[in-house]
Amino acid sequence: MTNAKISPFVAIARSIGAEVAGVHATAVDRDARFPSESIKALKEHRMLSAYVPKSLGGGGATLGELVLACEALSQHCTSTAMIFAMHQIQVISILRHASDSPWFLEYIRDLVANQNLIASVTSEVGVGGEMRSSVCGLQWEGQSFKLIKHATTISYGAQADDLLVTSRCTPDGPASDQVLSLVRKADYTLEQQGVWDTMGMRGTCSPPFKLTATGKKDQVISTPFAAIASETMVPVSHLLWAGCWLGIAGAAVNKARAFVRMQGRARPGSIPPTALRLAEVASELHMLRASVDSVLREYEYLIAAEGGSADELSSMPYALKINNLKVAGSRKLPEIVSQALLICGIMGYKNDSKFSMSRHLRDAHSGALMVGNDRILATNSSMLLVLKDE
Amino acid sequence: MIDGQIRQILKEHARLAIDLAALDDAADLYQAGMTSHASVNVMLALEGNFDVEFPDRMLKRKVFESVDSIRQALSELMAN
Ligand SMILES: Cc1cc2nc3c(=O)[nH]c(=O)nc-3n(C[C@H](O)[C@H](O)[C@H](O)COP(=O)(O)OP(=O)(O)OC[C@H]3O[C@@H](n4cnc5c(N)ncnc54)[C@H](O)[C@@H]3O)c2cc1C
Repeated sequence: MTNAKISPFVAIARSIGAEVAGVHATAVDRDARFPSESIKALKEHRMLSAYVPKSLGGGGATLGELVLACEALSQHCTSTAMIFAMHQIQVISILRHASDSPWFLEYIRDLVANQNLIASVTSEVGVGGEMRSSVCGLQWEGQSFKLIKHATTISYGAQADDLLVTSRCTPDGPASDQVLSLVRKADYTLEQQGVWDTMGMRGTCSPPFKLTATGKKDQVISTPFAAIASETMVPVSHLLWAGCWLGIAGAAVNKARAFVRMQGRARPGSIPPTALRLAEVASELHMLRASVDSVLREYEYLIAAEGGSADELSSMPYALKINNLKVAGSRKLPEIVSQALLICGIMGYKNDSKFSMSRHLRDAHSGALMVGNDRILATNSSMLLVLKDE
Repeated sequence: MIDGQIRQILKEHARLAIDLAALDDAADLYQAGMTSHASVNVMLALEGNFDVEFPDRMLKRKVFESVDSIRQALSELMAN
């Protein structure tokens, strides 16, 4: 890290990563259990309100700091990092699109005080990963609503304090005319519909659930979900996920580096053949980091700019870029981990070795299907029919 | 006349959930059910029909959100 001054948020993430998340990562992965120790530590360090502005009692972190915090956690336990990332995505969506609402301002104060963990309920039976379409709709009775949603995947659904849910505005409205509502633990029930026994990301505990919730009109963000998605949820998700991915890639490459150094020390004077592959994979990791950095810088510039930024963020050229980050990054990641595995050879293949790549490789494969890459490429290919210039 | 052609294209390609004739020129087409995917087809049909090309800076939600905004964008392009 070349930062002259390390952000306090990144420093906390590093120490929680090394001292808590890393200690339990093997058990979390083996038992597909919630990383309760590390989430507790994140709450104790008030990291769940890290992005909330200081004026509202939060930490005032930047998105860039959160990306680095995700990376730091992910080096030790990617499930912890992804839970942290998904929670921040919900907080940022609320702050950017509902902070003019008294109800949501009150909610944010409550979140700062109690470190509420928010889960995301976008995926739904019948639409899969198409976030911009809902089957369920809010059933209104005066100022109150009821909502039933068959969710395919809710990470830490059982452990969350509150949920941010997409739905149609009304049950018979158009599928693409959606809103985002925050429902509180006392007002919903989740019936688990299956198990979460997956290849990787096992600690995210993300089974299907049937959600039944009630709420008041104030709990529905007034900005259409279309705008929240294009201006905030999609770019922020892709950037924070990319932070988690950098952590996986970094952890894998660090193991490969340690392995090659060990070989080098065994026979000083000759460069081990694996060093060539290491040089290659290190350059791939640099490319991945550079692409995350450039998209992050542009996003921070756009949200800092007054006026036309929302326009820019909801434009096709920007959507194409932010989608490319997701597709290219999630494709590159398992390649990098696989390369690192080949460098370590059998020592990387063994589960009981300090060079083991098993969890990294299994976790790495989730990137391409957390919203299927082909689904995203299909969107891009449709946009490329009208987009003109690079 | 241009409005009639815009409405015809929307009718064929916007895949609205409600009857287009019931919508006034300022009504939000996205709220009426036009998806991002359908909006691309609308753009392509408009480009073909009016023999124009929307520059990238115009490819944003606001420009295609209503009959009014589409007419305004087309007039700007056809004036050049
Ligand atoms: C670790 C993890 C955590 C998750 N956490 C959550 C969560 O907290 N909340 C939540 O709501 N969701 C969550 N998800 C779900 C995720 O966001 C996606 O919705 C889900 O993974 C997509 O499911 P699918 O592959 O069955 O569906 P689909 O999106 O239906 O995709 C199935 C296949 O079809 C392809 N496909 C789909 N559409 C097209 C198209 N138009 N053109 C070409 N190919 C296409 C896809 O690429 C894929 O190969 C999580 C997923 C993972 C892996």
